[in-house]
Amino acid sequence: MDYFLTEEQKMIRELAEQIATEKIRPVRAQLDLQDEFPWDVLRVLAQSDLYGLYIPEAYGGMGGGILENCLAIEQLARACIGVATSFAASGLGAYPILLFANEDQKQNYLPDIASGKRLAAFALTEPGAGSDVSGVKTTAVRDGDHYILNGTKQWITNGGEAEIYSVLAITDRAKGPRGASFFIVEKGDPGFAFGKKEKKLGIRASATRELVFQDCRIPRDRLVAREGMGFIIAMKTFDKSRPGIGALGVGLAQGAMDIAVEYARKREQFGKPIINFQAIQHKLANMAIKTEAARALVYSISRYMDSEPSDVSKVAAMCKVFPTDVAMEVAIEAVQVLGGYGYMQDYPVEKMMRDAKILQIYEGTNEIQRNIIGQELNKEYGRMKETFF
Amino acid sequence: MNIAVCIKQVPDAKNVRIDPDTHTLVRQGVESIVNPFDLFAVEAALKIKDEFGAHITVLTMGPPQADEALREVLSRGVDDALLLSDRAFAGSDTWATSTTLSTAIRKLGKVDLILCGKQAIDGDTAQVGPEMATLLDIPYATFVKRIEIADENHLKVTRQTDEGMEIWKLPMPALITVIKEVGEPRLPSLRHKMRAKKAQIPVWGVNDLGLDPGAVGLAGSYTQVVRVFSPSRRGDRVLIHGTIEEQVDQLYRYLKEAKVPGI
Repeated sequence: MDYFLTEEQKMIRELAEQIATEKIRPVRAQLDLQDEFPWDVLRVLAQSDLYGLYIPEAYGGMGGGILENCLAIEQLARACIGVATSFAASGLGAYPILLFANEDQKQNYLPDIASGKRLAAFALTEPGAGSDVSGVKTTAVRDGDHYILNGTKQWITNGGEAEIYSVLAITDRAKGPRGASFFIVEKGDPGFAFGKKEKKLGIRASATRELVFQDCRIPRDRLVAREGMGFIIAMKTFDKSRPGIGALGVGLAQGAMDIAVEYARKREQFGKPIINFQAIQHKLANMAIKTEAARALVYSISRYMDSEPSDVSKVAAMCKVFPTDVAMEVAIEAVQVLGGYGYMQDYPVEKMMRDAKILQIYEGTNEIQRNIIGQELNKEYGRMKETFF
Repeated sequence: MNIAVCIKQVPDAKNVRIDPDTHTLVRQGVESIVNPFDLFAVEAALKIKDEFGAHITVLTMGPPQADEALREVLSRGVDDALLLSDRAFAGSDTWATSTTLSTAIRKLGKVDLILCGKQAIDGDTAQVGPEMATLLDIPYATFVKRIEIADENHLKVTRQTDEGMEIWKLPMPALITVIKEVGEPRLPSLRHKMRAKKAQIPVWGVNDLGLDPGAVGLAGSYTQVVRVFSPSRRGDRVLIHGTIEEQVDQLYRYLKEAKVPGI
């Protein structure tokens, strides 16, 4: 299949694939088994220029967009979405700065994020606030030239490993959704600490921790944009980052399929390779159809979003929900194709199946994505004058 | 500091087949790679560049498609590339190759350090490095695992030999062939890859080097491949298990059965 990528885009894919094959695939099982953060791989990625794909050249990036970033993420995810999540989460942490920060803040943070020198993280979720962002309890109170943060963030990807955190906190509770604001918090800021590292079903190479703010004092100029912009910044960030989650799904599905097809061609039962049985062929065919459909969706929506259209929430949500559902289905089927071997840790598909589940949960559950799509449809059709009956 | 790295494009050993009739390597349709040991030489050069700053030129002698090997190395961060390609170079043995490469290096101007892999995985001679140094009349060290800058004019190198390690001090310019312990080759970066793709790589032929066509290629080679054959199969091997006493007993029996003189 040819998606008519540019020379540069093909190069990105080729380089990410090389890193995935040579540096991630050999260590993924060990990273998973030992809950080990993949610093060695992330250093290779930093040297490769891939961290800055979507960041403008003026800030040390490669000046590409969402599609370029997705091409890299997909290939990394083909080997391990634990590693790919650690990589992609830095982008999630960077987007509030890239989209809304002032020039000084951009100059201060983006070049280090683009070069992979400093890892970023995005902190919104709390024990009482996930899908429902209005439940955020963390507060930021202005005190002269400082803000003082108090509260706890939960399940923060790259927590403890990242140096730069984009943190959502309430600056004026009375204003509801318009009372939230984004702040840049650095590792080492006074009153900023990390809780325990979570034990997870999958993506064990990625670090998930609590962030604890206890009278955390940060300079006033760490506020991103203006007070009250927090909710908008979060939504615009998710619009940009969701195709990346779709790309994780495409990569995982492709990785699971690669193994399932290769295995089915080699494994013999009843005197012939099991790929000759229609029961297996149809499974593989369905896996291939869904994976390609998911890829086509991610690429075309990413391309569209890179043309900077005004309203992208609906397509961005589609770009997350479909490929991640596909990843889950394909991973389950890959285990089934491998049978007993698939269930064992000797083959990588059991890990892929465990890993895939998070894709349907994080960065907005797939239920929330469907809510967004449904609400957008309602608005879209409400604006239409014509009838289709 | 100016560094020249000599590389060779070789068939990918993972997919090599031997023609059963001619006993020669089947090169058609076999993917080419940069000789793995040469990538260690590239890494050694890049490490020196990272630490002290250097200008690195990579060169190879080969057919026009050896251009790919040069681009592969450019994508890892080498500054310049040079291809030595001419019909007259075809059929070169190690002497003719060394003549061509050393002439090109002389033409490059001031070169402080020449790096090569310890040997190529196809020919496996390990001769070209030392021959070049001899032709250039500069000191050389082979099988080097560590390179340090001793002072402005000297290198301190650690050689790995069968007997152990040797530490040498070499005046520059010098030639060094490296082994894999020198450091794992880094992967390409996107910026270097893009630069490598667009790079205009100069091609020098026999006339550019001012060489006599009779001194290079097959004509300038002292050795010629008369025949290539697979070595005959070695005798049967047996692995002996058990306690030391049992093993000695068994060994004695085997030797006796084999009618080894003196048993």
